[in-house]
Amino acid sequence: MPAVQETVDRVRRIDVDQYRYGFETVIESEKAPKGLSEDTVRFISAKKNEPAWMLEWRLEAYRRWLTMTEPTWARVDYPKIDYQDLYYYSAPKPKKQLSSIDEIDPEILKTYEKLGIPLREVAVLEGVVTKPVSDDGEEGAAAPRSKIAVDAVFDSVSVATTFQKELKQAGVIFMPISEAIREHPELVQKYLGSVVPTSDNYFATLNSAVFSDGSFVYVPPGVRCPMELSTYFRINERNTGQFERTLIIADKGSYVSYLEGCTAPQRDENQLHAAVVELVTHDDAEIKYSTVQNWYPGNSEGVGGIYNFVTKRGDCRGKNSKISWTQVETGSAITWKYPSCILRGDNSRGEFYSIAISNGFQQVDSGTKMIHLGKNTTSRIISKGIAAGKSQNTYRGLVTAHRKATGARNYTACDSLLIGDKCGAHTVPYVEAKNSSATFEHEATTSKISEDVLFYCIQRGLSQEEAVGLVVNGFVKDVLQQLPMEFAVEAQKLISISLEGSVG
Amino acid sequence: MTALLEVKNLQVRVEDREILHGLSLTVNPGEVHAIMGPNGSGKSTLSHVIAGKPGYEVTGGEILFKGEDLLEMSPDERAAKGVFLAFQYPVEIPGVATMNFLRSALNAQRKARGESEFSTPDFLKKVREVAKSLSIPQDMLKRGVNVGFSGGEKKRNEILQMALFEPSLCILDEMDSGLDIDALRIAADGVNALRSPDRAMVVITHYQRLLNYIVPDFVHVMSRGKVVKSGGKELALELEESGYAQFEDAA
Repeated sequence: MPAVQETVDRVRRIDVDQYRYGFETVIESEKAPKGLSEDTVRFISAKKNEPAWMLEWRLEAYRRWLTMTEPTWARVDYPKIDYQDLYYYSAPKPKKQLSSIDEIDPEILKTYEKLGIPLREVAVLEGVVTKPVSDDGEEGAAAPRSKIAVDAVFDSVSVATTFQKELKQAGVIFMPISEAIREHPELVQKYLGSVVPTSDNYFATLNSAVFSDGSFVYVPPGVRCPMELSTYFRINERNTGQFERTLIIADKGSYVSYLEGCTAPQRDENQLHAAVVELVTHDDAEIKYSTVQNWYPGNSEGVGGIYNFVTKRGDCRGKNSKISWTQVETGSAITWKYPSCILRGDNSRGEFYSIAISNGFQQVDSGTKMIHLGKNTTSRIISKGIAAGKSQNTYRGLVTAHRKATGARNYTACDSLLIGDKCGAHTVPYVEAKNSSATFEHEATTSKISEDVLFYCIQRGLSQEEAVGLVVNGFVKDVLQQLPMEFAVEAQKLISISLEGSVG
Repeated sequence: MTALLEVKNLQVRVEDREILHGLSLTVNPGEVHAIMGPNGSGKSTLSHVIAGKPGYEVTGGEILFKGEDLLEMSPDERAAKGVFLAFQYPVEIPGVATMNFLRSALNAQRKARGESEFSTPDFLKKVREVAKSLSIPQDMLKRGVNVGFSGGEKKRNEILQMALFEPSLCILDEMDSGLDIDALRIAADGVNALRSPDRAMVVITHYQRLLNYIVPDFVHVMSRGKVVKSGGKELALELEESGYAQFEDAA
């Protein structure tokens, strides 16, 4: 049908024009010499004034990494990465020692301003009412912005963390992990690598050797974190890998909600991002981790874009604990990412809600692992994949119940939506139950965005793009509802932009 | 007076097959036209081409709407100009609340016409009023568009939109298909309430039955891609008795 063709053509034109965060910040930076060796690892560790145990930990990981090979099982295809042709550390050159946020390089402040990330606490003080203005001029309800503490990571280092004082009063530790290594070594030593061991996989091991910064969160027993915590990652420097490390610990009976956002400039070469995120929940604790990933996806010819090879795992260590992953993935040239839950504590619960949109030449291989070890553990997986252009979108999931995990339950629903006929959606679920009392349910659907549905909407006055946006937003509604309110609005817009044919 | 809709010698192909071979039809404001004919005579094709559904190739003739070339306009422009098609099989749109859909569509049309968008309270008030007159319960408006709606509910939802968008041309494609007699009466009452001197309707149907409820001013018989006979409402009754066969031969 011609209309299918038209939709396909329009969507195919997705291109650098739509990526609104592609600007570059011109700033002097300090880098480690190109390439990876023990010296690089030592350089990074020395830059961070790390204690000896940390350097040892890194070197062990590095030596391990040398013996490993890059995994090839994912349904993604990319030229071989030359790990010696990358910079492993890049930091904006400080003009002088900083004592307050006002002394941050104005160029960096401007960068985050452009990205809509408030680094000045005054901007988000409670009760400040902002009126969201949407592109189509539709009035948004005026809502008081809730407070969000932000840790901003620029290339390899954290440049600012807001609301530290207030969080400290509540007993919550929220700081760059490089600082935590120095200030809270006992916590870091106890938990770092306890969920994702240094030997876990090629990219996680690489990260363990060269990670430069990231966020550290510790919520003490019984504390409900008084605000949302958020980290905003920005890769700016050319040929630089970003290897951040995030560690979040929710002690007994505590709760924290954490948001993560990411963008990068448009560049013709690919950039590597290999992060590790570790979550630990003790008895009755809960972590809600939300990601809106909008790394540069490459241009309409498939040139450039971020390689996003990320290991995210949560360990429900205590009984009745809960970890919930929500992700909206619209960016990156290649995504290789499986946020997982180890359900160790009895009655613990893992959740994974995902929207993965691929367009142009993007390749997504993403999903989750739910490892049921404790008794009466439950998990829920809702995955919505949307493929357009010439992209490939794969859901890969693993659900297992250990021999002793009696009464384990999982519900999985994987839905894929195809726009056009040059893209692909794939579902690869692995299910393993080693005891007979486990109940696993799996549902999967693949559908094409129907021409009849689009025409119906357009006959009612919506433009082609509005119609696609509406249908897709309906398709992902179950997952959007899981996002914190402010993120949900942002994500909804992002979804429309990602699939837009004309300039947004 | 300019006609509201003027179809002149329209020729339409789908893939390599010609479906309409020179069809002409003039509709003035305030009039209700019924188009009858057997399956495959091109009735639905006509409605689709007027609304701008992709997949049809117009190889000859023209369609003027309020004196403007309709075929030059995109389907959403046509909607904003006042062309409304009530679908024979309204689609389901999961996850999109009916209320949200109505609002997006209405505001898109108003925006295209350079009018201000409805405020939320005004919009809600208007929808509730219209919904009530069509016996559409509030909870139906919260559900996904047409998801899990019965045949009657789907058709009422079409009429709800017609009432809300206030188009100047309503094309009703086989509105009676799949409706029992009670549902048909409710739907027809809804349509009749929208009859006005500024608005025209083109009612496409197989059966005379619908025309007992929506009484047309003119009846056209289509066969093999052409209008073969036109007349007043009595023509429908005549057809009911004698069938379409006589026209099949004539065409």
